[in-house]
Amino acid sequence: MSAASSAAPPGGPRLAHEPSALQLEREGYRRSRSRRSTAVALASTVVFAVVVWFGITHSPGWPRVKQSFLSWPVAKESFVPVLEGLWLNIRVLVVSELCILAVGLLVAFARTLRAPVFFPLRLLATAYTDFFRGMPLIILLYIVGFGLPGLRLSGVPTSPVVLGTIALVLCYGAYVAEVFRAGIEGVHPSQRAAARSLGLSYAQSMRVVVLPQAVRRVLPPLLNDFVALQKDVGLISVLGAVDAVRAAQIESAQAASFTPYVVAGLLFVCLAVPTARLADRVARRRESRERAGAVL
Amino acid sequence: MSAPTPVLECTDVVKRFGDVEVLRGIDLEVGEHEVVALIGASGSGKSTLLRCVNLLEVVDDGVIRLDGQDITDPRVDEDAVRRRIGVVFQAYNLFPHLSVLDNVTLAPRRVHRVPRAEAEARARELLDRVGLGAKADEYPDRLSGGQQQRVAIARSLAYDPRLLLLDEITSALDPELVGEVLHLVRELVEQGRTIVMATHEMAFARAVAHRVVFLDGGRVLESGPPEQVLVDPVEARTRQFLARILDQG
Repeated sequence: MSAASSAAPPGGPRLAHEPSALQLEREGYRRSRSRRSTAVALASTVVFAVVVWFGITHSPGWPRVKQSFLSWPVAKESFVPVLEGLWLNIRVLVVSELCILAVGLLVAFARTLRAPVFFPLRLLATAYTDFFRGMPLIILLYIVGFGLPGLRLSGVPTSPVVLGTIALVLCYGAYVAEVFRAGIEGVHPSQRAAARSLGLSYAQSMRVVVLPQAVRRVLPPLLNDFVALQKDVGLISVLGAVDAVRAAQIESAQAASFTPYVVAGLLFVCLAVPTARLADRVARRRESRERAGAVL
Repeated sequence: MSAPTPVLECTDVVKRFGDVEVLRGIDLEVGEHEVVALIGASGSGKSTLLRCVNLLEVVDDGVIRLDGQDITDPRVDEDAVRRRIGVVFQAYNLFPHLSVLDNVTLAPRRVHRVPRAEAEARARELLDRVGLGAKADEYPDRLSGGQQQRVAIARSLAYDPRLLLLDEITSALDPELVGEVLHLVRELVEQGRTIVMATHEMAFARAVAHRVVFLDGGRVLESGPPEQVLVDPVEARTRQFLARILDQG
């Protein structure tokens, strides 16, 4: 069958190149090797799954774990409230990601400014990234969520959702700023030299030449940070916002079962998978672009 | 009475990198329409001198004048100076995220505020002239080295600079691609451009340059018409250098 498919269809155009017998033999060997690889991969996956499944279901505590974590009725009942909570997470995610990108880019830009006028700005930007990358997010959430409204200043938001978003932006902005900075510094100095030689000012060469290349380069690590943010938005529940995690907590208290947490966890995973795949695709596209040339 | 002001005039230019003195007092004058070839071993200071002229490096002493204006004065507007100088680099340095056309129109549009349509018309004309009109909408990665370098030359001409600096522009090219780039430079010479080029192509320097300047250890050791410097040099060091180069060739 394989030999027939490689021949020209009757009456159709002749193949430009008729493979030699040696080449046909090589291709046959490669095909048989690849069939063998598929079979081996399939067999080892089945064996692995069976071993894991058997190991878990035959552990002494399995019946109790199954009952408290994997109860189907509880899962069905908690699904809708948890999903409603997740909607809040998604909204917070979108708003905070947009703010994070803006903060990150501004801070990264401030850190690369070399003119002496900008020294305080540069210092501030450096202090910001150092401080907020070191600060554990959960502590930051408490400080912003409970400390800020505690000042009783007029105009300070009191909604836990808004405060939680602010804390997320402060924390992730610092990480994303460093990603952007790495991208900016990763653009080869000869590109700046060329831009300046054409008479472009520092700001112009940054905007037109350096930043576009930097942003393209850091897209994969940015998406990685975005995946991390997707699950960390669940932490705003500590401030009392009824998001997926908080909804799961409420459901789990009512049902006396941990199953709602599993439901929420799986929903977060489902949220992350498309982004992870997108990140892979972006990385692949970049790779093929660098190898074969560019189509934007 | 006095001779016309040279386009470029370097007087006793010194440049150090740390403890290494790369330029040790360079004197060089380039008149209008003149083509000067800088030759010399790697590390003799050819590229550094060009980078100093373009203000990519700050000189440690001496004066560089462009059309009589002291451009080494820290009070001058560097960007304004660079607008009058075109540079072509050894590694092309095209912008990979911009199309060929956008590479060429970048400086006219951003720096010289030429309207888009006008800049693009002129860029297409320039690209036609370097034989790459059909590649205007491609990206640099898709072009061969020789084609990229021709785009880089078109880019440097887009704003009609007073002075063109060519920094070993054929050194990164495959031997069979060198010809197309040199052919283009020859046309520029015929158009009467003022050019300073660092080069290892002795035959080419001999064919197109009005003057050849041999740099050795950061000094101008010998300078004169190509027939004299390249064929019958006065200095022993120049003879040694040429013998080495011709050996390889």
